[in-house]
Amino acid sequence: MLEINNLHVKLEEEDKVILNGVDLKIGAGEVHAIMGPNGSGKSTLSYVLSGRDGYEVTEGSATLDGQELLEMEPEERAAAGLFLAFQYPVEIPGVGNMTFLRTAVNAQRKARGEEELSAGDFLKVVRAKAKTLKIDAEMLKRPVNVGFSGGEKKRNEILQMAMLEPRMCILDETDSGLDVDAMKLVADGVNALRSEGRSFLVITHYQRLLDHIHPDVVHIMAAGRIVKTGGPELALEVETNGYADILSEVG
Amino acid sequence: MALPKAKEDALQARLAGLPALSGKGWLAAARGEALARLDAMGLPVRRDEYWRYTDPASLNAPEAPVAHRFDASDEAPPFDGMDRLKVVFVDGVFDPKASDDLTLAGVTIERLAEAGSKDIHWAQGTYGILEARGQTPVARPFAALNTAHATDGVLIHVTARAAKPVSLIYVHQSETSDAILHHCVKLDPGAELTLLENGPAAARFSKVLEVEVADGARFHHIRLQGRDHERRAVTHVFARLGTRSEMRSFTLTANGRLTRNEAVVELTGTEGRAHLAGAAVGDGEFHHDDTVFITHAAEACESRQVFKKVLMNGATGVFQGKILVKPGAQKTDGYQISQSLLLDEDSQFLAKPELEIYADDVKCSHGSTSGAIDETALFYLQSRGLPRRTAQALLVLAFLAEAIQEIADEDIAEDIRARLERWLARHGTKG
Ligand SMILES: Nc1ncnc2c1ncn2[C@@H]1O[C@H](COP(=O)(O)OP(=O)(O)OP(=O)(O)O)[C@@H](O)[C@H]1O
Ligand SMILES: [Mg+2]
Repeated sequence: MLEINNLHVKLEEEDKVILNGVDLKIGAGEVHAIMGPNGSGKSTLSYVLSGRDGYEVTEGSATLDGQELLEMEPEERAAAGLFLAFQYPVEIPGVGNMTFLRTAVNAQRKARGEEELSAGDFLKVVRAKAKTLKIDAEMLKRPVNVGFSGGEKKRNEILQMAMLEPRMCILDETDSGLDVDAMKLVADGVNALRSEGRSFLVITHYQRLLDHIHPDVVHIMAAGRIVKTGGPELALEVETNGYADILSEVG
Repeated sequence: MALPKAKEDALQARLAGLPALSGKGWLAAARGEALARLDAMGLPVRRDEYWRYTDPASLNAPEAPVAHRFDASDEAPPFDGMDRLKVVFVDGVFDPKASDDLTLAGVTIERLAEAGSKDIHWAQGTYGILEARGQTPVARPFAALNTAHATDGVLIHVTARAAKPVSLIYVHQSETSDAILHHCVKLDPGAELTLLENGPAAARFSKVLEVEVADGARFHHIRLQGRDHERRAVTHVFARLGTRSEMRSFTLTANGRLTRNEAVVELTGTEGRAHLAGAAVGDGEFHHDDTVFITHAAEACESRQVFKKVLMNGATGVFQGKILVKPGAQKTDGYQISQSLLLDEDSQFLAKPELEIYADDVKCSHGSTSGAIDETALFYLQSRGLPRRTAQALLVLAFLAEAIQEIADEDIAEDIRARLERWLARHGTKG
């Protein structure tokens, strides 16, 4: 599904290298987690994959089902099936959440040569999905993320993911800022989407999300590289011992 | 005080270019007075305080600069399908065939060109009167010129709730037309009228609208200035509002080489409410100036000024807006916002927001900003699959939303939103 080879990235505006040869391969239907100290480059990796401006790829590649992602516009990557749940979801005053969702769903359908959803059909689907995430109708009417609490913003990200049905989902610290119940809702939302054809890359600092979303593979990122890869037990090790041991072990 | 020679010469040249008007009836007297006002102030120059940002040269010129007609038939005319009374002017000349019969329940409508020759008329108390009041503290020479030389217009007396909107349609045909129209609207206590205006009117258009809104009356005004790229316009609205009366005015300006829209509103009775809003979008050779002066002369009145502009490829936007709160106008609620979205570095926004307050118990706020499109929001939308252009259009419409929200009629608001969306699609955006 997603294959990242030797990815090197620096900031466009200054000579600061952030990713230093990332290698990562995620198969169809797999759930991978990335953990790592603050500032190790996890969000940067997710931004570069989804096409945000301001970064320069100096080496390496990233493909989704064999298609080179790094050449595409952000919207093309979305249409190809990539989705990023933002660590900091963006507030957009003046754009209604519902309008935004419908425009997004229909833009992707159009890009894939599918028919647009009718307003009625769309409404039905959105209402049902919002309900399972405990997002009330009033929140759907409000401008995108404006005045949403931290937890509401994160649930709104998962709602977008559920509506867009991407094949490669990247979740950047979707668990941070969530209370225990909301985390369960988000995890249930993710688990409901798990399928053979859909893969997940879950960036997190805490084991507690991984208690709900069981990862197949756990990676540790440090200083812009994946320094260790293992099974779910690796997350438990981080939880109890922190990163010090792992980092000294890999030098 | 005598004018400097250069100003005097410019004024004489301008007046010499205007057709002579017949001198009969009440109108002749009003014109004479306006001419005297104009003689005392002369035409504006760049040095004048409120003309620093806008060059009046093409408005001062004796002849209208050439402006080609624009074919706007790719979209339905504004207010199409709405039940309204149409009054059509072609290059400033009344077109009886295209106009409806001027009878409407709750309203009397007359043409200035006809009613002006009478000995007495209600409009004597309005025509040139509100304009003259509006000349202090800031001179508005083009308004006086208009009062002195308007060739036609409508005089609307509203005695009850108008059965339907009055719709003034301005057609631009000749490439050198120079039209001067002057309208008066008088709303009796409790009366209600919606006035619609649309169209480019002429190569160069001067228009004054004087509105007297009596106690408890409501005046709604929606204007679309047409899509002609080369036209020039200088317009004034002078309004005086009574107790618990309401005025709402919204203007959409897309294109136009030069537009100067002035609004002068005086709140003279308690709990009056005046909302003025504008959305302007320009690409390239576009200069749009909103100059607004709102006076709170009574207690507990509310005023709002919401002006938004989207500028690209070297377009220029100007906003000069003032809230004056007179002594004793306690509990005033004044709000003013002027913002421009600059889609590139060639475009510019010049703003002069002013507050002048002589009462202590008031709530007044003003804000003026100009900025580029929010790249983070743009990326967020794109990452959800919206093409960059669609995402930009969505953000631009969101930026304009506060101005469009000032339109009371939801159908008209929706139509204007759709027009803006198409404009954005046609002009695209950089980046
Ligand atoms: N646009 C930028 N300008 C300057 N520095 C940047 C920029 N983007 C990222 N960085 C720097 O790159 C490094 C990696 O940042 P990144 O946000 O990817 O870390 P992270 O692993 O997601 O951290 P956290 O766990 O705190 O979210 C940090 O040192 C950060 O300050
Ligand atoms: Mg991060």
